[in-house]
Amino acid sequence: MEGAHDMGGVKWSGPVQPEPNEPAFHAEWERRAFAMTLAMGMPGGWNIDMSRFAREDRPPEDYLSKSYYQIWLAGLERLMLERDLIAPDEIEAGKPLHPVKPVAKTLTPDDVARVLHRGGPTEREARAPARFAAGDRVRARMIHPPTHTRLPRYVRGHVGIVERVLGCHVFPDSNATGAGENPQWLYTVTFDGSELWGTASDPGLNVSVDAWDPYLEPA
Amino acid sequence: MTSHDHDHHHHDHSELSETELRVRALETILTEKGYVDPAALDLLIQTYETKVGPRNGARVVARARLLKDATPAISELGYAGRQGEHIVALENTPALHNMVVCTLCSCYPWPVLGLPPVWYKSAPYRSKAVKDPRGVLRDFGFELPEGTNIRVWDSTAEIRYLVLPMRPSGTDGWSEERLAELVTRDSMIGTGLPKQPHEVA
Repeated sequence: MEGAHDMGGVKWSGPVQPEPNEPAFHAEWERRAFAMTLAMGMPGGWNIDMSRFAREDRPPEDYLSKSYYQIWLAGLERLMLERDLIAPDEIEAGKPLHPVKPVAKTLTPDDVARVLHRGGPTEREARAPARFAAGDRVRARMIHPPTHTRLPRYVRGHVGIVERVLGCHVFPDSNATGAGENPQWLYTVTFDGSELWGTASDPGLNVSVDAWDPYLEPA
Repeated sequence: MTSHDHDHHHHDHSELSETELRVRALETILTEKGYVDPAALDLLIQTYETKVGPRNGARVVARARLLKDATPAISELGYAGRQGEHIVALENTPALHNMVVCTLCSCYPWPVLGLPPVWYKSAPYRSKAVKDPRGVLRDFGFELPEGTNIRVWDSTAEIRYLVLPMRPSGTDGWSEERLAELVTRDSMIGTGLPKQPHEVA
Protein backbone atom coordinates (compact mmCIF):
# COMPACT_ATOMS: atom_id res chain seq x y z
CA MET A 1 0.00 0.00 0.00
CA GLU A 2 1.29 3.47 -0.89
CA GLY A 3 0.95 5.08 2.51
CA ALA A 4 2.44 8.01 4.37
CA HIS A 5 4.12 5.49 6.68
CA ASP A 6 6.63 4.58 3.95
CA MET A 7 9.00 7.44 4.73
CA GLY A 8 12.48 6.34 3.63
CA GLY A 9 14.22 9.10 1.67
CA VAL A 10 11.24 11.47 1.71
CA LYS A 11 12.23 15.10 2.06
CA TRP A 12 11.27 16.21 5.54
CA SER A 13 11.88 19.55 7.17
CA GLY A 14 13.65 19.89 10.47
CA PRO A 15 16.31 17.88 12.27
CA VAL A 16 15.95 14.72 14.30
CA GLN A 17 15.20 15.89 17.84
CA PRO A 18 16.54 13.67 20.62
CA GLU A 19 15.01 14.20 24.06
CA PRO A 20 17.45 13.92 26.98
CA ASN A 21 16.42 11.38 29.64
CA GLU A 22 13.28 10.50 27.73
CA PRO A 23 10.70 8.51 29.73
CA ALA A 24 9.12 5.33 28.32
CA PHE A 25 5.75 7.09 28.13
CA HIS A 26 4.77 10.76 28.09
CA ALA A 27 1.21 10.49 29.43
CA GLU A 28 -0.97 8.05 31.33
CA TRP A 29 -3.18 7.47 28.27
CA GLU A 30 -0.10 6.32 26.32
CA ARG A 31 0.60 3.69 28.98
CA ARG A 32 -2.96 2.38 28.81
CA ALA A 33 -3.15 2.47 24.98
CA PHE A 34 0.14 0.60 24.75
CA ALA A 35 -0.89 -2.06 27.27
CA MET A 36 -4.38 -2.52 25.80
CA THR A 37 -2.85 -3.04 22.37
CA LEU A 38 -0.51 -5.74 23.67
CA ALA A 39 -3.17 -7.39 25.82
CA MET A 40 -5.86 -7.48 23.10
CA GLY A 41 -3.65 -9.52 20.77
CA MET A 42 -4.66 -12.67 22.67
CA PRO A 43 -8.48 -12.34 22.70
CA GLY A 44 -8.50 -10.42 19.41
CA GLY A 45 -6.69 -13.12 17.48
CA TRP A 46 -5.05 -10.84 14.91
CA ASN A 47 -1.37 -11.07 13.96
CA ILE A 48 1.38 -8.42 13.91
CA ASP A 49 1.01 -7.84 10.17
CA MET A 50 -2.73 -7.20 10.53
CA SER A 51 -1.90 -4.74 13.34
CA ARG A 52 0.63 -2.90 11.21
CA PHE A 53 -1.79 -2.66 8.30
CA ALA A 54 -4.56 -1.34 10.58
CA ARG A 55 -2.22 1.49 11.65
CA GLU A 56 -0.84 2.29 8.20
CA ASP A 57 -3.94 1.98 6.03
CA ARG A 58 -5.31 5.47 6.56
CA PRO A 59 -5.25 8.74 4.64
CA PRO A 60 -1.85 10.48 4.77
CA GLU A 61 -3.31 13.57 6.45
CA ASP A 62 -4.71 11.36 9.21
CA TYR A 63 -1.50 9.33 9.66
CA LEU A 64 0.70 12.43 9.70
CA SER A 65 -1.48 14.40 12.13
CA LYS A 66 -1.56 11.69 14.80
CA SER A 67 1.11 11.05 17.41
CA TYR A 68 2.59 7.56 17.61
CA TYR A 69 0.29 6.18 20.27
CA GLN A 70 -2.73 7.90 18.71
CA ILE A 71 -1.98 5.77 15.64
CA TRP A 72 -1.78 2.68 17.86
CA LEU A 73 -5.13 3.60 19.41
CA ALA A 74 -6.76 4.10 16.01
CA GLY A 75 -5.31 0.79 14.81
CA LEU A 76 -6.59 -1.05 17.88
CA GLU A 77 -10.08 0.43 17.50
CA ARG A 78 -10.19 -0.60 13.86
CA LEU A 79 -9.12 -4.20 14.58
CA MET A 80 -11.79 -4.51 17.28
CA LEU A 81 -14.53 -2.83 15.22
CA GLU A 82 -13.80 -5.12 12.25
CA ARG A 83 -14.31 -8.14 14.50
CA ASP A 84 -17.41 -6.79 16.30
CA LEU A 85 -15.61 -6.88 19.65
CA ILE A 86 -16.74 -3.29 20.16
CA ALA A 87 -19.20 -1.02 18.34
CA PRO A 88 -18.93 2.70 17.49
CA ASP A 89 -21.84 3.59 19.79
CA GLU A 90 -20.03 1.90 22.68
CA ILE A 91 -16.96 4.10 22.19
CA GLU A 92 -19.27 7.14 22.10
CA ALA A 93 -21.11 6.05 25.24
CA GLY A 94 -17.95 4.94 27.04
CA LYS A 95 -19.59 1.71 28.17
CA PRO A 96 -20.74 -1.66 26.80
CA LEU A 97 -24.13 -1.53 25.03
CA HIS A 98 -24.15 -4.87 23.23
CA PRO A 99 -23.75 -8.52 24.23
CA VAL A 100 -20.20 -9.74 24.79
CA LYS A 101 -18.77 -11.66 21.86
CA PRO A 102 -17.07 -14.75 23.31
CA VAL A 103 -13.27 -14.82 23.01
CA ALA A 104 -10.93 -17.78 23.38
CA LYS A 105 -8.72 -16.35 26.09
CA THR A 106 -7.77 -13.13 27.84
CA LEU A 107 -4.31 -12.18 29.10
CA THR A 108 -3.97 -12.63 32.87
CA PRO A 109 -1.17 -11.19 35.03
CA ASP A 110 0.23 -14.73 35.33
CA ASP A 111 0.54 -14.92 31.53
CA VAL A 112 2.42 -11.66 31.02
CA ALA A 113 6.06 -12.68 31.58
CA ARG A 114 5.71 -15.95 29.68
CA VAL A 115 3.89 -14.38 26.72
CA LEU A 116 6.41 -11.56 26.40
CA HIS A 117 9.36 -13.94 26.69
CA ARG A 118 7.93 -16.26 24.04
CA GLY A 119 7.22 -13.40 21.63
CA GLY A 120 6.25 -14.33 18.10
CA PRO A 121 9.14 -15.96 16.26
CA THR A 122 8.56 -15.81 12.50
CA GLU A 123 11.10 -18.37 11.22
CA ARG A 124 9.52 -21.50 9.72
CA GLU A 125 10.85 -24.74 8.28
CA ALA A 126 11.85 -24.34 4.65
CA ARG A 127 9.96 -26.45 2.11
CA ALA A 128 12.35 -25.67 -0.75
CA PRO A 129 15.93 -24.43 -1.12
CA ALA A 130 16.60 -20.69 -1.21
CA ARG A 131 16.54 -19.17 -4.70
CA PHE A 132 19.40 -16.77 -3.96
CA ALA A 133 22.74 -17.07 -2.19
CA ALA A 134 25.02 -14.49 -0.57
CA GLY A 135 26.74 -12.47 -3.30
CA ASP A 136 23.90 -12.74 -5.86
CA ARG A 137 22.79 -9.60 -7.67
CA VAL A 138 19.06 -9.01 -7.31
CA ARG A 139 16.56 -6.32 -8.28
CA ALA A 140 13.80 -5.26 -5.91
CA ARG A 141 10.65 -5.68 -7.97
CA MET A 142 8.61 -2.65 -9.00
CA ILE A 143 5.45 -3.66 -7.18
CA HIS A 144 2.61 -1.48 -5.89
CA PRO A 145 0.29 -3.79 -3.97
CA PRO A 146 -2.88 -2.13 -2.62
CA THR A 147 -2.52 -4.31 0.50
CA HIS A 148 0.19 -4.58 3.17
CA THR A 149 3.81 -4.92 2.07
CA ARG A 150 7.20 -4.50 3.73
CA LEU A 151 9.14 -3.56 0.60
CA PRO A 152 9.87 0.16 1.00
CA ARG A 153 9.29 2.37 -2.06
CA TYR A 154 12.83 3.75 -2.04
CA VAL A 155 14.40 0.41 -3.05
CA ARG A 156 11.83 -0.70 -5.65
CA GLY A 157 13.39 -1.15 -9.07
CA HIS A 158 16.92 -0.93 -7.69
CA VAL A 159 19.71 -3.50 -7.84
CA GLY A 160 21.48 -4.76 -4.73
CA ILE A 161 23.54 -7.68 -3.49
CA VAL A 162 22.26 -10.48 -1.28
CA GLU A 163 24.38 -10.18 1.84
CA ARG A 164 22.79 -12.71 4.18
CA VAL A 165 20.29 -15.50 3.85
CA LEU A 166 18.10 -15.20 6.95
CA GLY A 167 15.97 -18.33 6.74
CA CYS A 168 12.37 -18.89 5.80
CA HIS A 169 9.98 -16.42 7.50
CA VAL A 170 6.25 -15.66 7.67
CA PHE A 171 5.37 -13.51 4.64
CA PRO A 172 3.67 -10.30 5.85
CA ASP A 173 1.94 -9.60 2.54
CA SER A 174 -0.04 -12.84 2.98
CA ASN A 175 -0.30 -12.85 6.75
CA ALA A 176 -1.79 -9.33 6.88
CA THR A 177 -4.75 -10.25 4.69
CA GLY A 178 -5.60 -13.45 6.56
CA ALA A 179 -4.30 -15.57 3.65
CA GLY A 180 -1.99 -17.54 5.95
CA GLU A 181 1.67 -17.39 6.86
CA ASN A 182 2.93 -18.51 3.43
CA PRO A 183 6.59 -18.59 4.64
CA GLN A 184 9.19 -17.31 2.18
CA TRP A 185 12.96 -17.09 2.15
CA LEU A 186 14.20 -13.82 3.64
CA TYR A 187 17.42 -12.06 2.63
CA THR A 188 19.39 -9.01 3.70
CA VAL A 189 19.86 -7.10 0.44
CA THR A 190 22.41 -4.30 0.38
CA PHE A 191 22.30 -1.32 -1.98
CA ASP A 192 24.99 1.20 -2.82
CA GLY A 193 23.99 4.72 -1.80
CA SER A 194 24.50 5.89 -5.40
CA GLU A 195 22.13 3.18 -6.72
CA LEU A 196 19.36 4.60 -4.51
CA TRP A 197 20.13 8.31 -4.44
CA GLY A 198 22.28 9.02 -7.51
CA THR A 199 25.63 10.69 -7.84
CA ALA A 200 24.99 13.11 -4.98
CA SER A 201 24.92 10.22 -2.50
CA ASP A 202 27.47 9.88 0.26
CA PRO A 203 30.15 7.72 -1.44
CA GLY A 204 30.67 5.63 1.68
CA LEU A 205 26.98 4.78 2.15
CA ASN A 206 25.36 1.35 1.94
CA VAL A 207 21.74 0.69 2.87
CA SER A 208 20.14 -2.69 3.42
CA VAL A 209 16.59 -3.95 3.73
CA ASP A 210 15.38 -7.40 4.69
CA ALA A 211 13.43 -8.64 1.68
CA TRP A 212 11.36 -11.79 1.15
CA ASP A 213 11.86 -13.85 -1.99
CA PRO A 214 8.70 -12.60 -3.80
CA TYR A 215 10.06 -9.02 -3.59
CA LEU A 216 13.15 -9.94 -5.63
CA GLU A 217 14.16 -10.99 -9.13
CA PRO A 218 17.61 -11.96 -10.49
CA ALA A 219 19.61 -9.03 -11.92
CA MET B 1 3.36 11.95 12.17
CA THR B 2 3.93 14.55 14.83
CA SER B 3 6.93 13.61 16.90
CA HIS B 4 5.10 14.21 20.12
CA ASP B 5 2.29 16.10 21.80
CA HIS B 6 4.47 17.74 24.37
CA ASP B 7 6.92 19.41 22.02
CA HIS B 8 4.78 19.89 18.93
CA HIS B 9 1.74 22.01 19.41
CA HIS B 10 -0.41 20.50 16.67
CA HIS B 11 -2.65 19.09 19.36
CA ASP B 12 -4.39 21.56 21.62
CA HIS B 13 -5.64 20.63 25.07
CA SER B 14 -9.16 19.76 23.97
CA GLU B 15 -7.83 17.28 21.39
CA LEU B 16 -5.52 15.78 23.96
CA SER B 17 -8.26 15.33 26.48
CA GLU B 18 -10.40 13.81 23.73
CA THR B 19 -7.72 11.15 23.31
CA GLU B 20 -7.51 10.66 27.06
CA LEU B 21 -11.27 10.25 27.30
CA ARG B 22 -11.31 7.82 24.40
CA VAL B 23 -8.62 5.64 25.96
CA ARG B 24 -10.47 5.66 29.27
CA ALA B 25 -13.74 4.74 27.55
CA LEU B 26 -12.05 1.93 25.69
CA GLU B 27 -10.49 0.49 28.82
CA THR B 28 -13.88 0.58 30.60
CA ILE B 29 -15.56 -1.23 27.70
CA LEU B 30 -12.84 -3.86 27.33
CA THR B 31 -12.67 -4.47 31.08
CA GLU B 32 -16.43 -4.73 31.53
CA LYS B 33 -16.65 -7.09 28.56
CA GLY B 34 -13.93 -9.21 30.13
CA TYR B 35 -11.51 -8.81 27.21
CA VAL B 36 -8.73 -7.27 29.28
CA ASP B 37 -7.63 -7.66 32.89
CA PRO B 38 -6.47 -4.24 34.19
CA ALA B 39 -3.92 -5.97 36.43
CA ALA B 40 -2.31 -7.49 33.33
CA LEU B 41 -2.21 -4.02 31.75
CA ASP B 42 -0.45 -2.67 34.85
CA LEU B 43 2.09 -5.47 34.63
CA LEU B 44 2.77 -4.84 30.93
CA ILE B 45 3.41 -1.16 31.64
CA GLN B 46 5.57 -1.92 34.65
CA THR B 47 7.64 -4.37 32.59
CA TYR B 48 8.60 -1.77 29.99
CA GLU B 49 8.95 1.12 32.43
CA THR B 50 11.11 -0.61 35.01
CA LYS B 51 12.49 -3.94 33.79
CA VAL B 52 13.18 -3.90 30.07
CA GLY B 53 15.38 -1.08 28.83
CA PRO B 54 18.76 -0.14 27.39
CA ARG B 55 20.63 -1.32 30.51
CA ASN B 56 19.94 -4.82 29.19
CA GLY B 57 21.58 -3.98 25.90
CA ALA B 58 24.53 -2.37 27.65
CA ARG B 59 25.17 -5.63 29.51
CA VAL B 60 25.02 -7.52 26.21
CA VAL B 61 27.50 -5.14 24.60
CA ALA B 62 29.87 -5.25 27.55
CA ARG B 63 29.83 -9.04 27.63
CA ALA B 64 30.13 -9.25 23.83
CA ARG B 65 33.17 -6.99 23.96
CA LEU B 66 34.74 -9.47 26.39
CA LEU B 67 33.61 -12.54 24.42
CA LYS B 68 34.03 -10.94 20.96
CA ASP B 69 30.55 -12.18 20.06
CA ALA B 70 27.06 -10.96 20.93
CA THR B 71 24.96 -14.05 20.29
CA PRO B 72 26.12 -16.04 23.33
CA ALA B 73 25.93 -12.87 25.44
CA ILE B 74 22.27 -12.33 24.50
CA SER B 75 21.28 -15.93 25.22
CA GLU B 76 23.33 -16.18 28.43
CA LEU B 77 21.60 -13.09 29.78
CA GLY B 78 18.20 -14.52 28.81
CA TYR B 79 17.04 -11.56 26.72
CA ALA B 80 14.48 -12.87 24.29
CA GLY B 81 10.91 -12.55 23.21
CA ARG B 82 8.58 -9.93 21.89
CA GLN B 83 10.20 -7.69 19.26
CA GLY B 84 13.53 -9.45 19.80
CA GLU B 85 12.81 -12.92 18.46
CA HIS B 86 15.68 -12.77 15.97
CA ILE B 87 18.49 -10.42 17.10
CA VAL B 88 21.55 -9.72 14.93
CA ALA B 89 24.50 -7.75 16.33
CA LEU B 90 26.38 -5.31 14.09
CA GLU B 91 29.99 -4.58 14.93
CA ASN B 92 31.33 -1.06 14.49
CA THR B 93 34.98 -0.76 13.41
CA PRO B 94 37.23 2.22 12.60
CA ALA B 95 36.29 1.64 8.93
CA LEU B 96 32.54 1.06 9.34
CA HIS B 97 29.76 2.69 11.35
CA ASN B 98 26.37 0.93 11.57
CA MET B 99 23.03 2.67 12.06
CA VAL B 100 19.60 1.07 12.53
CA VAL B 101 16.24 2.47 11.43
CA CYS B 102 12.73 1.28 10.63
CA THR B 103 11.52 3.49 7.78
CA LEU B 104 8.08 1.80 7.66
CA CYS B 105 7.13 1.91 11.35
CA SER B 106 9.10 1.54 14.59
CA CYS B 107 10.77 -1.91 14.67
CA TYR B 108 13.29 -1.95 17.50
CA PRO B 109 14.90 -4.68 19.67
CA TRP B 110 12.66 -4.39 22.75
CA PRO B 111 14.27 -7.08 24.96
CA VAL B 112 17.65 -5.34 24.87
CA LEU B 113 16.73 -1.66 24.39
CA GLY B 114 13.19 -1.32 25.74
CA LEU B 115 10.61 0.74 23.87
CA PRO B 116 11.88 3.05 21.12
CA PRO B 117 12.31 6.76 21.87
CA VAL B 118 10.02 9.29 20.16
CA TRP B 119 12.74 10.49 17.77
CA TYR B 120 13.29 6.93 16.48
CA LYS B 121 9.59 6.75 15.51
CA SER B 122 9.50 10.28 14.08
CA ALA B 123 9.27 11.28 10.42
CA PRO B 124 12.60 13.18 10.37
CA TYR B 125 14.59 10.11 11.49
CA ARG B 126 12.70 7.56 9.41
CA SER B 127 13.04 9.65 6.25
CA LYS B 128 16.60 10.90 6.67
CA ALA B 129 18.49 7.91 8.09
CA VAL B 130 18.61 5.95 4.82
CA LYS B 131 19.59 8.94 2.67
CA ASP B 132 21.70 11.22 4.83
CA PRO B 133 22.88 9.28 7.89
CA ARG B 134 25.85 11.59 8.39
CA GLY B 135 23.36 14.45 8.63
CA VAL B 136 21.46 12.47 11.25
CA LEU B 137 24.66 12.03 13.25
CA ARG B 138 25.19 15.80 13.03
CA ASP B 139 21.67 16.24 14.49
CA PHE B 140 22.95 14.13 17.40
CA GLY B 141 25.98 16.36 17.72
CA PHE B 142 28.81 14.37 16.22
CA GLU B 143 30.71 14.17 12.97
CA LEU B 144 31.70 10.80 11.58
CA PRO B 145 35.29 10.81 10.21
CA GLU B 146 35.25 11.10 6.40
CA GLY B 147 37.13 7.84 5.95
CA THR B 148 34.55 5.84 7.90
CA ASN B 149 31.96 4.16 5.71
CA ILE B 150 28.39 4.08 6.92
CA ARG B 151 25.97 1.22 6.73
CA VAL B 152 22.26 1.71 7.43
CA TRP B 153 20.07 -1.28 8.29
CA ASP B 154 16.36 -0.77 7.56
CA SER B 155 14.45 -3.19 9.83
CA THR B 156 11.79 -4.23 7.34
CA ALA B 157 11.28 -7.80 8.66
CA GLU B 158 11.30 -9.37 12.14
CA ILE B 159 15.10 -9.38 12.39
CA ARG B 160 16.13 -6.87 15.07
CA TYR B 161 19.51 -5.17 14.98
CA LEU B 162 21.78 -4.15 17.85
CA VAL B 163 24.92 -2.10 17.18
CA LEU B 164 28.09 -3.10 19.05
CA PRO B 165 29.93 0.20 19.48
CA MET B 166 33.73 0.21 19.46
CA ARG B 167 35.31 -0.42 22.82
CA PRO B 168 36.73 2.88 24.11
CA SER B 169 40.48 2.95 24.61
CA GLY B 170 41.76 2.97 28.16
CA THR B 171 39.40 0.18 29.26
CA ASP B 172 41.82 -2.76 29.31
CA GLY B 173 41.06 -5.05 32.20
CA TRP B 174 37.67 -3.42 32.93
CA SER B 175 34.94 -5.65 34.31
CA GLU B 176 31.72 -6.27 32.45
CA GLU B 177 29.85 -3.99 34.88
CA ARG B 178 32.25 -1.08 34.35
CA LEU B 179 32.20 -1.51 30.57
CA ALA B 180 28.38 -1.55 30.60
CA GLU B 181 28.38 1.91 32.20
CA LEU B 182 29.99 3.30 29.06
CA VAL B 183 27.37 1.90 26.71
CA THR B 184 24.62 4.39 25.88
CA ARG B 185 21.29 3.55 24.26
CA ASP B 186 22.08 5.68 21.22
CA SER B 187 25.44 3.94 20.73
CA MET B 188 23.50 0.68 20.32
CA ILE B 189 21.22 2.24 17.66
CA GLY B 190 24.16 3.81 15.88
CA THR B 191 23.17 7.43 16.49
CA GLY B 192 25.68 7.96 19.28
CA LEU B 193 29.05 6.90 20.64
CA PRO B 194 29.81 5.16 23.92
CA LYS B 195 30.97 7.31 26.82
CA GLN B 196 34.70 7.69 27.39
CA PRO B 197 36.25 6.33 30.59
CA HIS B 198 36.75 9.82 32.06
CA GLU B 199 32.99 10.53 31.75
CA VAL B 200 32.08 7.84 34.27
CA ALA B 201 35.11 8.10 36.55
